[in-house]
Amino acid sequence: MNLLTIVGALPLLAALIVGLLPKGNSELIKRVAMGATSVIAIASIFLATGFDKAQTGFQYVQSKSWISAFKINFAVGIDGISLVLILLSTILVPIVVLATWNESDTGRWSSKTFYILILILETMMIGVFAATDLFLFYVFFEAMLIPVYFLIGGFGSGEKSAAAVKFLLYSLFGGLLMLASIIGIYVIAGNQIGATFDVTKLATLQIDSRTENLLFLGFFIAFAIKAPLVPFHTWLPDAAKSATPGTSVLLLGVLDKVGTYGMIRFCIALFPDASKTFTPLIIVLSVISILYGAFMAIGQRDIKGLIAFTSISHFGFITMGIFAMTTQGMSGATLYMVNHGFSTAALFLIAGWMIKRRNSSTISDFGGLQRITPVMAWCFFIAGMSSLALPGLSSFVSEFLVLVGTYTRYPVAAIVGTLGIVLAALYILIPIQKALHGPTAPGNESLPDLNLREKIAIAPVIAVIIAMGFYPKPVLDLINPTSQKVVTTAGFTDPAAKVGK
Amino acid sequence: MTTSNNLVWLIALPLFSAGLLLIIGKRANRWGHLLATTVSASAFAIGVVEYFAMQGRDVLERPVTQKIFTWISVGNFHVDASLLLDQLSICFVLLITGVGTLIHIYSISYMSHDHDRRRFFAYLNLFIAAMLLLVLGDSYLNLYVGWEGVGLASYLLIGFWNQKPAYATAAKKAFVANRVGDIGLSLAIMIAFATFGDVTFKGIESHADHASTSAMTAIGLMLLLAAAGKSAQFPLQSWLGDAMAGPTPVSALIHAATMVTAGVYLITRSSFIFDAAPTAQLMVVIVGVITLLFGAVIGTAKDDIKKALAASTMSQIGYMILATGLGPIGYAFAIMHLLTHGFFKASMFLGAGSVMHGMKDEVNMRKYGGIGKFMPLTFVTFGLGYLAIIGVPPFAGFYSKDKIIETAFNAGGVKGILLGCATLLGAAITAFYMSRVVIMTFFGNERWGHKDEPHESPALMLIPISILSIGSVASGFLFARGDALVNWLKPIVNPAGEQHLEEFLKPLVVSSLAVFAVLIGVSIAVAKYRGELQSEAPVKVNVLTRAARRDLFQDDFNETVFMKPGQGLIKNLLNIDYLVIDGLVRTVGSFSIGAGQTLRKVQNGYVRSYALMMIIGVLALLLTVWLTTS
Repeated sequence: MNLLTIVGALPLLAALIVGLLPKGNSELIKRVAMGATSVIAIASIFLATGFDKAQTGFQYVQSKSWISAFKINFAVGIDGISLVLILLSTILVPIVVLATWNESDTGRWSSKTFYILILILETMMIGVFAATDLFLFYVFFEAMLIPVYFLIGGFGSGEKSAAAVKFLLYSLFGGLLMLASIIGIYVIAGNQIGATFDVTKLATLQIDSRTENLLFLGFFIAFAIKAPLVPFHTWLPDAAKSATPGTSVLLLGVLDKVGTYGMIRFCIALFPDASKTFTPLIIVLSVISILYGAFMAIGQRDIKGLIAFTSISHFGFITMGIFAMTTQGMSGATLYMVNHGFSTAALFLIAGWMIKRRNSSTISDFGGLQRITPVMAWCFFIAGMSSLALPGLSSFVSEFLVLVGTYTRYPVAAIVGTLGIVLAALYILIPIQKALHGPTAPGNESLPDLNLREKIAIAPVIAVIIAMGFYPKPVLDLINPTSQKVVTTAGFTDPAAKVGK
Repeated sequence: MTTSNNLVWLIALPLFSAGLLLIIGKRANRWGHLLATTVSASAFAIGVVEYFAMQGRDVLERPVTQKIFTWISVGNFHVDASLLLDQLSICFVLLITGVGTLIHIYSISYMSHDHDRRRFFAYLNLFIAAMLLLVLGDSYLNLYVGWEGVGLASYLLIGFWNQKPAYATAAKKAFVANRVGDIGLSLAIMIAFATFGDVTFKGIESHADHASTSAMTAIGLMLLLAAAGKSAQFPLQSWLGDAMAGPTPVSALIHAATMVTAGVYLITRSSFIFDAAPTAQLMVVIVGVITLLFGAVIGTAKDDIKKALAASTMSQIGYMILATGLGPIGYAFAIMHLLTHGFFKASMFLGAGSVMHGMKDEVNMRKYGGIGKFMPLTFVTFGLGYLAIIGVPPFAGFYSKDKIIETAFNAGGVKGILLGCATLLGAAITAFYMSRVVIMTFFGNERWGHKDEPHESPALMLIPISILSIGSVASGFLFARGDALVNWLKPIVNPAGEQHLEEFLKPLVVSSLAVFAVLIGVSIAVAKYRGELQSEAPVKVNVLTRAARRDLFQDDFNETVFMKPGQGLIKNLLNIDYLVIDGLVRTVGSFSIGAGQTLRKVQNGYVRSYALMMIIGVLALLLTVWLTTS
């Protein structure tokens, strides 16, 4: 059996095992979930070591007829871009499990349900990045909403039901548009090359430009909702505020990346001409997202809302990099997805710990944490520095690649986007000043610092943030051939330097 | 080109030490400062060894490189983590590690009562590492890492006592102002890559002849923006005064001797760009002149000794920036002034720290007076620094400032006369405000208002000051003798060996004018501040003094033009986001929920209805498929 399929199926198997455990013994359930997700993380790293990075096609390919009447296949395979996103997912899940050990105790349902949902979600996350059959992708894309809905609605806080419904309605809208486009492209394929959902074959279709534009928009809007671009973003801050920190990590760190991943894998690969047509519009939307998200983040009083809006700003960078159609932009955007995953994970987990200790998510309720809880404060500081793309930390490399890759084709967009670095300084340094510096706010004198479990959970994230800042090469080596191929297939070559080298 | 394996240690040692001290925390409290100081001294030792090795080689063989690893490589964007030590960067390496080590030693004593001394030393080491990377990186992107690294260290150190809200705000302000400059550096790198396909100094320099003037001008202006941010030049100067919130050794090392001069390094390092971009060069000159006068004027009205010195730093860096704008011949003079300034300004800041140490951390000079007799060594060393900065021959500042004034006059035509006069005016004002500082602090009536007499600082503080004041005395002469520094730097900054075409005034005339300007400045100060002074600042003062006290309205300007509108914009956006964008969604949402409820009699939850929709969707898909393919 295919190793990729095994890795994808493992979480489901683990969910089954957890399902068989006694409901009352939540400690056992947590340990099993922790063990299983760690094994899956190791298995996915093993998957990466067997990946031939020189090759640009799909690897670990498996295709089995699923619904033969409609030529729907269970077809999976990964290239460099999907591999790094799978790695991001499988590495984040055990960290989330460990970091939010007690998060499930106070939910509407039992811990058992919580971990079953998390594990099912993990299978879907791997599946959505591994699917090479459009129908299979759609199934994963839609089905993964359901565990998230329950995770927010059942274990969240505040106006969790409203937030969960909003999340769902947004996704429903996008999903339906995408579905229409899927039907459309399937019909066209049926007429031209015979019915198929195979992504590689669909990419060879000749579609008249009017139809192609419509089909493209169906996909694009679905993805622009998922990795929210302004103005499709208002579900995200609500969801992030209401979800548990662990769910937020998976939501913003991984699930939102399905949107930007989908833009590369489907929008550009299936509809290169429409992509060209809409690129100016998308670049403008991206730049607006960068600035809008940043301004909104500066104005937030709630720490979770702040992190959500910084993410919207970062998604603007990612989308801009993708549609700049240069290898630097494409690789930078993909690397950005990974880096954003880790730095947002760090921010959300630490914010979660802060909120839990102080019983408030209002930034100004904190103060002087640097002297009360130094370890927690330092971790937040480093994650924040990564979020503002300080050179030497991971996000800088990806953000700079996006900017330089955009500049060579769309200098004005890159210049305006660069203004984001000043706004980033503001939206990170203001909460740092309010929460970590200043005099100790009354009632905060005895907040406990991170315990051993929390330290162990956050250490690998911080390590990745620092290591990837200095030595991003291993990941870039995985991404580069694929992003090169995406750009070339879409009919673009990097603009040459004006003065020959 | 020679290769070496030693360069990486210059950065790795202090970086490792900083990380270690931060990670192991309190357990290193007893020896953290010793480790940090040893590491800094080791870096200095490596620098000295490299310097002598370099001196022993032929001119063309002097630069040393070391490739550490491939950092970023995507398509044709390729950046190595790679270091370059040449005649220019060795000057900085010795300055940073030399002055840095002295300030480490000073801080052992100065910070001895602070609970967080270990953390302070960790930050200092972090700064040393970042600053060395800044001057050793062989490409703009490597420089950028050091560039923001020193910004981070500066932020951490300005906010070292960030439990005081004003200090935390000062730290943030510095970071943000620097980030505005960093836009310039980012864009300069992007333009350079789009133009040359390369971001290394060497790669760009070797193709500089083929690039268009407009590209070079754009890069030059962006680099100038970056330099303005880091070096507190107009219009990004407003953060430096507030940065004095940091402990005084930090003010001496980062905000006087080294980091703030990074803009001068950046422009000098980019000589091949500015030499091909006359417009950018002219802007450099304009920024330099404005700042040198701006800082000097502010300096005349400050009662806080550190802020007076900070204004002076701004002004002196204005001289350096001006010099870098004056073409190939100016670069070496800029670096010469940078180095002498590093000695005398660090020495004076440490002297100010010594005075504060003896005066219960008082910084208001109105509450000083007559301290000279209680703190003789501090007085003498500060005095030597004073003679150096105002440019009294034969002290260091005389040689270096004189060369800049001379070069300004030689710029030619009306421009030359204007620049020359501006530099002379600046020299006169410098003499005035520095005399004011010395008189108010060390002479006159005792105004500290308590019985405890100031006490002289311990040896651990006085020794570093004394060593620095040797530099204040002798460094100018050593650099200028036989044009030693000019010749040393010539292969890097002035490879064509350009000289003044004609001298507007004879050097002796320029020197006499400069000394004359200084005498005027000193005389006015003596006339104004001798005799009894009040311990409160006079309230009824003229418009100019009031403006200078308010830093020529720099903060008011930023507040009115950027902060207030920015806050208004954010407030509006928050409303629009909630009322308009989300409002639209809420309307549509409530409509569709309503529709869902009427469609199905049994209300069974959104998820089930959603699942239903999905299943219907899939069925519709399958149906269509079946219809179209059969």
